[in-house]
Amino acid sequence: MRRSKFVLAFATLMLLSGAAGADVKFAYVGEISGSIAVSGGNFRDGIILAVEEINAKGGILKEKIALTLYDTQTNPGVARSQMQKAIDGDPYVILGPIFSGNVKVTMQMVRQAEIPDFIGGEAAELTTLGSPYLFRTSFGQQIGMPKIANYIRDELKAKTIALIWVNNDFGKGGRDRLIKELTARNIKLVADVSTESGQVDFAADVVKLKAANADAVFVYSNEEECARIMREARKQGLKGPFVGDTTLLSQKTIELAADAANGVVGHVGLTADAPIPAVTQFAQRFQKRFNYKPDHNGIKGYTAVYAVKYVTEKKLGKFDRKGFAKTMHGLTITPQDEPGILMETTWDGTGEIDRISFLAEVINGKQNISKVLPKLGK
Amino acid sequence: MTDILQLLVAGLATGGIYALVAVGFTLLWQTSQTINFAQGEFVMLPAFFVLIGMGYFGLAFWPAVALGGAASVVVLGLAFKKLMVDPMIRHGVLPLVIATIGLAILMKEAVREFWGADAWPFPALGATTDVTVFGAVFAVQSLLILAICIAVVVALQLFLGGTLTGRCMQATAQNPTVARLLGIRVERMILYTFLINGALVTVASLLITPIYLAKFTNGEWLGLYAFIAAIIGGFNQARGAIAGGLLLGVVDNFAAAYISSQYRTAIPLLILIVVILFRPQGMFGRIEERTV
Repeated sequence: MRRSKFVLAFATLMLLSGAAGADVKFAYVGEISGSIAVSGGNFRDGIILAVEEINAKGGILKEKIALTLYDTQTNPGVARSQMQKAIDGDPYVILGPIFSGNVKVTMQMVRQAEIPDFIGGEAAELTTLGSPYLFRTSFGQQIGMPKIANYIRDELKAKTIALIWVNNDFGKGGRDRLIKELTARNIKLVADVSTESGQVDFAADVVKLKAANADAVFVYSNEEECARIMREARKQGLKGPFVGDTTLLSQKTIELAADAANGVVGHVGLTADAPIPAVTQFAQRFQKRFNYKPDHNGIKGYTAVYAVKYVTEKKLGKFDRKGFAKTMHGLTITPQDEPGILMETTWDGTGEIDRISFLAEVINGKQNISKVLPKLGK
Repeated sequence: MTDILQLLVAGLATGGIYALVAVGFTLLWQTSQTINFAQGEFVMLPAFFVLIGMGYFGLAFWPAVALGGAASVVVLGLAFKKLMVDPMIRHGVLPLVIATIGLAILMKEAVREFWGADAWPFPALGATTDVTVFGAVFAVQSLLILAICIAVVVALQLFLGGTLTGRCMQATAQNPTVARLLGIRVERMILYTFLINGALVTVASLLITPIYLAKFTNGEWLGLYAFIAAIIGGFNQARGAIAGGLLLGVVDNFAAAYISSQYRTAIPLLILIVVILFRPQGMFGRIEERTV
């Protein structure tokens, strides 16, 4: 009798201690090193900031978030093995990858595991591959490129474009989409220069762009490569205007390119310089925490965590991965619903995202917003 | 024509950096039979010493360069020789080669771990303006890089050929046994070679990092290109390393512009294969024979 009472007391104690210490697991599978470590690091730090804020207020449904980081090294082979490790840890949600190539090779694994995945990849085809568990944190190229093509036609009034792009899933997807949009607007592509991810020497590529003598130069690459291209372009006296989408005008590109980034124009989906008080305050908290200004990837990671919090607490009331994915489709979250979302955001049935976006120019090392573009759904 | 001129100058500037690094390869091989597969990381590291000087010690750029240069010569020259080469060379060339491969990985991952995986801007040595010559626009930086590389190589050649110490170093490289018999302090000459290599990679780092940014992965491709340049030019001739570096820089640029930018990295490798097949001693190298 005494023995059975002891066993019962012990079991109760173990259950209680387990309940009191229960954590909800989040996994970040991202590019912490490799050629796009800049983007992956920003995304990670946005997640960390959100997790720290949420845990300081008690977590999600009284459970603290336990975040585990997995480094894909910007390598698809490594991404698969890291994603499997993450899945084996049974997380509630997965955040990342950011590199579109890594998203492509891991999305079926995540789909089979039925775990919601907030990705940073922007390649157009990602949301066309039929995964009900995949959700974007920024526009796909099929949303951004029409906006920038309109800008080229209406504001720059350019008839010819010289394009330089990075030869990976992100760059190829953007190039293909841009060409389609330019063709529809009778804008001719007079140079089509592909470059490699991680490339450092762009002298020969810039010579080709110069020879094309286009009305404008479109630069579509990752942040570091954009910075190197701009430095080389200024070195060789390549005349602009230089146009891009998000990465060309990102904070990291501006920092790395220094004066070479001044005068660059383009479309940005997310920016810490947006004229929105919630975004400005986020950027200040991020700067204080990490000692550098966030780029759009930091905002992506941050808002993804708060989207999870909102859906889990306010819509589901429980941790239910399948229910989460179902609820996300067609959902709109406003800053009134969840301040951490920063801007009104809508996800459609394919996981594609819709929000306001911006036209910007880099002036004296800072991104200046010249126009706010409405959501496509409005 | 202006495009060709621009490509030529840009290629020579890049090739000059390859030449500096390749000369270090050949000097180490000639004097101490050391093949240093961490040479690319040796070029990556001095830039981070300078950034540490500026970031953590709050120094202005040039004092940080002095500090970084001194640290590089001590760590990459003296410490490398005493802690790695001397203990390993007793066991033959191959164990030392493998050890330097391990050292390259250690250096790269240490920078990633303690500094970060991001790229960092690095101040340029000179003006970031352009000059126009015969209608072609040249960056002052490219011309500066070329001028500095030429000056360093000429200074090195004058030192090796025109000073007593330099001639002793050459004697050591040619035949250490006879050099010892002639009263040359062979061990000291070998040490000087390592210190010179430390200085050469520091110069290369200061020239290349403003353009390519400071990043832990910079050594990978640079070490490979410099090694190819040394092989193409002749691994046992400093002149060969210089010629190989300049040729590689120019060929790489022209190949990217006029053949294919996607296959630009294949062209130097093709040249390497051709040289190994038909002239394995390199363009300017000597055939070495060994008694079996």
